[in-house]
Amino acid sequence: MNRAAIQSTLAGTEPERDATELTRHGSTLSWRVQWAVPLAALFDLAIHLLFSKRAPAVETHSYSLLMYEIIGVSIVLNIVQRFWMPLRSWMRHMCPIFTAAILLFGVWDVVTLGFQMLPLPYFPGPAAVLRSLISDRGLLLDSTLHSLALLVSGYAVGLLVGLVSGICIGWSGPIRYWGMPLLKVVGPIPATAWIPLAMVISPSAFVSSAGLIALAVWFPVTMLTASGISNTRASYLDVARTLGAGRTYLIFRVAIPAAVPNIFIGLFMGLGASFLTLVVAESVGVKSGLGWYVSWAQGWAEYSKVYAALIIMAAFFSTVMTLLFKVRDRVLVWQKGTIKW
Amino acid sequence: MVAFAETDASALRIREIRKSFPAPDDPVTKRLVLDGISFSVAAGELVCLIGPSGCGKSTLLRLIAGLDSTDSGELFIGSQPISEPGAERGLVFQDPNLFPWLTVRRNIEAGLVARRVLREKRNEVNEFMRLVGLEAFGGAYPHHLSGGMAQRVALARALINHPKVLLLDEPLGALDAFTRMRMQDEVLRLWENRRTTMLLVTHDIDEAIHMSDRIITDALPRPRDRSSSDFLRLRSDILELLHFAGDSATA
Repeated sequence: MNRAAIQSTLAGTEPERDATELTRHGSTLSWRVQWAVPLAALFDLAIHLLFSKRAPAVETHSYSLLMYEIIGVSIVLNIVQRFWMPLRSWMRHMCPIFTAAILLFGVWDVVTLGFQMLPLPYFPGPAAVLRSLISDRGLLLDSTLHSLALLVSGYAVGLLVGLVSGICIGWSGPIRYWGMPLLKVVGPIPATAWIPLAMVISPSAFVSSAGLIALAVWFPVTMLTASGISNTRASYLDVARTLGAGRTYLIFRVAIPAAVPNIFIGLFMGLGASFLTLVVAESVGVKSGLGWYVSWAQGWAEYSKVYAALIIMAAFFSTVMTLLFKVRDRVLVWQKGTIKW
Repeated sequence: MVAFAETDASALRIREIRKSFPAPDDPVTKRLVLDGISFSVAAGELVCLIGPSGCGKSTLLRLIAGLDSTDSGELFIGSQPISEPGAERGLVFQDPNLFPWLTVRRNIEAGLVARRVLREKRNEVNEFMRLVGLEAFGGAYPHHLSGGMAQRVALARALINHPKVLLLDEPLGALDAFTRMRMQDEVLRLWENRRTTMLLVTHDIDEAIHMSDRIITDALPRPRDRSSSDFLRLRSDILELLHFAGDSATA
């Protein structure tokens, strides 16, 4: 994920659209919004059936089943939303996006299966990818869980060490003097560049990969925490001291809360770096996880499985990212602009 | 005699204070900001310090608060020399400096938390929120507050430690004229209720006259030159002040 994008989102500059949109629109959903999703799915289905002679029957079967399901669910939702207000506003917001996504599947189908404009086996159609997703679900679930375990352990270690070192460097002059040069020299090396060394040092592939992820997270978290702590407004510290605060209060109740917005920027940058390191480490050393699955499927030239794994990765990583955003919104409820009442 | 001793114990005494800062453009030469200031404040007194900006009023308050140290001279709270910040000297700045990550209630509690006495004194928090009229805003965050409300929270936060001396560094300087006049009466009411010794820095002569028992204009720029325009303007300012102060304040 792009750093500038993260920072602008973090600054809490997102417009407050929810409240205004609710008042601006009427209480019913227009028929266009209601029927866009089922019609798009129907369109995809028609396209696919048109070209289905070229695809194996089993692929066509699961793909059509998926489209039927989308049509069925969206019609049920259309009925439910008449009675349930929150669903209605959610649908109003999400329907255009879903419609576009479903139509993209149709385009993909036309380009690959329909006119075979892209070379096989590198660019399979959506039905083939869906079929791989279904037939390999056991292994994919297992890989996802392994990736999750590796990511969580690496991220947690990097986060803890990064917070501690960031707070020490930010608060104490002597530690900053000795620690900052080290941080500046060692930190910018991409964690993946340490892979040869990590493989030699560590007894197990899991430990070395977790260590690399921790390293990738540690640098941005330390950097941003340190700058947040050392940039604490002097007047907050002055006020706290005139209120009778000791050093513990100054660090834990003034400097750290003041640094939290900065710390979250570090957490987001660290998360992006950890995804990258995870996938690379898995495809190089570890014999499990989504990164491993991708390179394994590529080895067998089963590109539909590669795409299936990429879809899982997209869902997995964006879910983790969303979770961190939720945590941030909860913790930074005091900040102007991030508040959602 | 006993009463006098008590009074003396809570008074503020300042003797021959000197403080200089490195000049911003030339760090080698030092700029003398306070040149041998001496005065004392009796317990329960509300004293105003007035003077043009840059004359060292805020510096003086920071020295009394213990946030900076003097070059020479002595500062006493009662008989205790001042060496570091302490809860017996509250300080309110022009910017309320509320902790933005804490609600109004938690901001007011901050002094109790810092001194680790929150458990015993929790009931006082409500009392102080009522005192400044903010009972209904306990759960609000500082960025929801208007300037006057924020400054009232800052006052309550400083008062909850029952300071012997409350130092006010242009606390109403950032407020609009109406809020300012209301807040002047508010501060006076707090003072009359609690009889906290207050040292108020301001550059608003009206405010000084309206609020204070005594006005100190000692902190004036040096060196002085009888023929300079600054000197003449200052002279006429003080004459005017004496003229208007009349019977409402002693100068």
